[in-house]
Amino acid sequence: MSQETVAQILRDYIYKSLMEKKRPDGREFFEYRKIRIEPGIVEVAEGSARVHLGNTDVLAGIKMSIGEPFPDTPDVGVLTTNAELIPMASPYFEAGPPDANSIELSRVVDRGLREGEVVDLAKLCIEPGEKVWIMFLDLHILDYDGNLFDAAALASVAALASTKVPAAQYELGDDFRLPIKNWPVMTTFAKIKDVILLDPTLDEEKVADARLSVYTDQNGHVRAMQKGLSGGFAYEEVKDIVKMA
Amino acid sequence: MGMKTDIKLIDEKGMRIDGRRPDQLRPIKIEAGVLKRADGSAYLEWGKNKVLAAVYGPREAHPRHLQDSAKAIVQCRYNMAPFSVSDRKRPGPDRRSVEISKIISEALESVILTELFPRSSIDVFIEVLQANAGTRCAGLTAASVALADAGIPMKDLVVGCAAGKIGDKVVLDLGKEEDNFGQADVPLAIIPRTGEIVLLQMDGDMTQEELFKAIEMAKEASLRIYELQKEALRRRYAIVAEEEKEEIASMEEIKEEEE
Amino acid sequence: MNEEKHNVSRELVLPGEVVDTTGLRPGVGTYAENGVIYAAQLGIKNISKNYVNVFPLNGRYIPRYGDKVIGIITETGATSWLVDINSPYPAPLHVNDVPWKVNFGDTPTYLKVGDTVLVKVDGVDEAKHVRVSMKDQGLRKLSGGNIIEIPASKVPRVIGKGGSMINLLKEYTECRIFVGQNGRIWIDGDVDGIALAIRAIKKIDEEAQTIGLTEKIKEFLEKESKKIRRQ
Repeated sequence: MSQETVAQILRDYIYKSLMEKKRPDGREFFEYRKIRIEPGIVEVAEGSARVHLGNTDVLAGIKMSIGEPFPDTPDVGVLTTNAELIPMASPYFEAGPPDANSIELSRVVDRGLREGEVVDLAKLCIEPGEKVWIMFLDLHILDYDGNLFDAAALASVAALASTKVPAAQYELGDDFRLPIKNWPVMTTFAKIKDVILLDPTLDEEKVADARLSVYTDQNGHVRAMQKGLSGGFAYEEVKDIVKMA
Repeated sequence: MGMKTDIKLIDEKGMRIDGRRPDQLRPIKIEAGVLKRADGSAYLEWGKNKVLAAVYGPREAHPRHLQDSAKAIVQCRYNMAPFSVSDRKRPGPDRRSVEISKIISEALESVILTELFPRSSIDVFIEVLQANAGTRCAGLTAASVALADAGIPMKDLVVGCAAGKIGDKVVLDLGKEEDNFGQADVPLAIIPRTGEIVLLQMDGDMTQEELFKAIEMAKEASLRIYELQKEALRRRYAIVAEEEKEEIASMEEIKEEEE
Repeated sequence: MNEEKHNVSRELVLPGEVVDTTGLRPGVGTYAENGVIYAAQLGIKNISKNYVNVFPLNGRYIPRYGDKVIGIITETGATSWLVDINSPYPAPLHVNDVPWKVNFGDTPTYLKVGDTVLVKVDGVDEAKHVRVSMKDQGLRKLSGGNIIEIPASKVPRVIGKGGSMINLLKEYTECRIFVGQNGRIWIDGDVDGIALAIRAIKKIDEEAQTIGLTEKIKEFLEKESKKIRRQ
């Protein structure tokens, strides 16, 4: 990803706003942008969902097939996550093999889905050690205006929830809905100077010192986390964020 | 082309398996200006094809050795989302998408006034979200709407459409089964104003007469698609035009504005 | 106004559409072939004097000599800076074209990467090599406030007829506002005023299709400015 020069004026303006407890787009510090979810928009995929988080726009698609399980987990299905920061979404995304940013994004989403036990993988075993259902989750970033993590995580869970397992096609009985166990939600916070904000926009991300994403399930348990950018958080700040998430 | 099948692609009455007449297009829907970040964009549904196109530029051409001191370069990237086809496609470019990107770039370049923007690049991104035969024509058609939406100077829009041969008959706009089991496919693109053909491919087996008939059929249909492209742009800008009326006169007055 | 309507044809045209067959001359945004003039871009058709023009509704900023633009410093060299002017062509600003005496290699003392400058386009050649200068009245480094970007083609809309729109913005937001020809707008004032100005400008950009936009923006500013000024 090539770098954009961030205007000092923008930096100073965001700092000044935050000092006065205001965000440039008028939101509260812990307020999300408008969210819109469109499930099932790619009919050829077994599952799909497009999520608009403000102007950030992510499309998740699920393809399913039958394959061999991993040797160490012979009786559960397999979920593989991949993310593409395609150059359509931002002038600073470049075509080519996934870079560190897209790999981080896919791994963080993947960890959340796995540790959050979103899919009941045990129900996706066909013949232990031989045949299981394999799911490919592909995240296609269409428009980038900050906070890809939360948008991508939400699109992933929504796409999985919309997924029909194509059993009939393989003569394995009727198609069935993918068994969903948990609905974890990712919430990402940005730290700018001493201020902590939920759901940063692109401009806020440009000047952010640090970022923390927390994956929480419906019981309030923490299932995955990721800290990003070169700044740090105080322990108290981490505690506050986790409680809030 | 050419896979053997018992499926009857066209019946005695000349009707096709999806119920279309030989010269009938699949339903087409176009919307202009659907993305925020890009300079121009368009979304297009063509039968079950779903395609998004975005344009950035003219912008500084990178890497610099690609720059042409006499004109802008047009770089198109046609890409299929991994979930856009029945068997998941591995992400990233393959030989097919590189070839399609090249011929679409060339077709678009034929109408763009590239000499106005030396050393720059006009970048076109086509993402196929769902593929169902005819994605290159769908992608090209969407891309040309996105270029106009981005305000790129161009002589005309470009329209893509295919015709082909199934069950020994020449038909318009092959669907998925027709593409898989038919006898020939001829995707092409034209500049509607002049009728000039700026993209043409063919594979299969046709007599010369059949080929000419297919080209004529696709050209005629392109003009219908052209109207849909223009409608999409008019929908996006129509009311702007109303408002702009009042302010156009001020264009000349505006030189600078200090507090 | 009525008179104006008579001699100014105003309709939306798309690339490739015929804009004249009566022998006018091809103006901006058009091209001629075999005596017929066609639109060369999406825009509004306009006839003025003997020319038919198509004014764009969208598109990147292309530098023209004399334009005042807002730039951001992206690189510093020994005898010049490189300025991003929101166009396909980054523009060098040479030490001879600034109001200070800058010693060799001393450029970052005066302007750093990320600084915002108000400059004028001082030269554009055939291959679109652009030079900018800071040597003219009012040209300077900008600090404080905020900058936002809109398509350069919408600059006239933000200014409005005879400056009507920009004056509204300034009046209700109590901000200083400078609109660069390149679509960058610098706004300085208090945080609430700037935020309101940005929202209003985005509204102008996005809802450009609304009929009676000036009135609509006025209502918006009236309502919203009361909210912030009450505190």
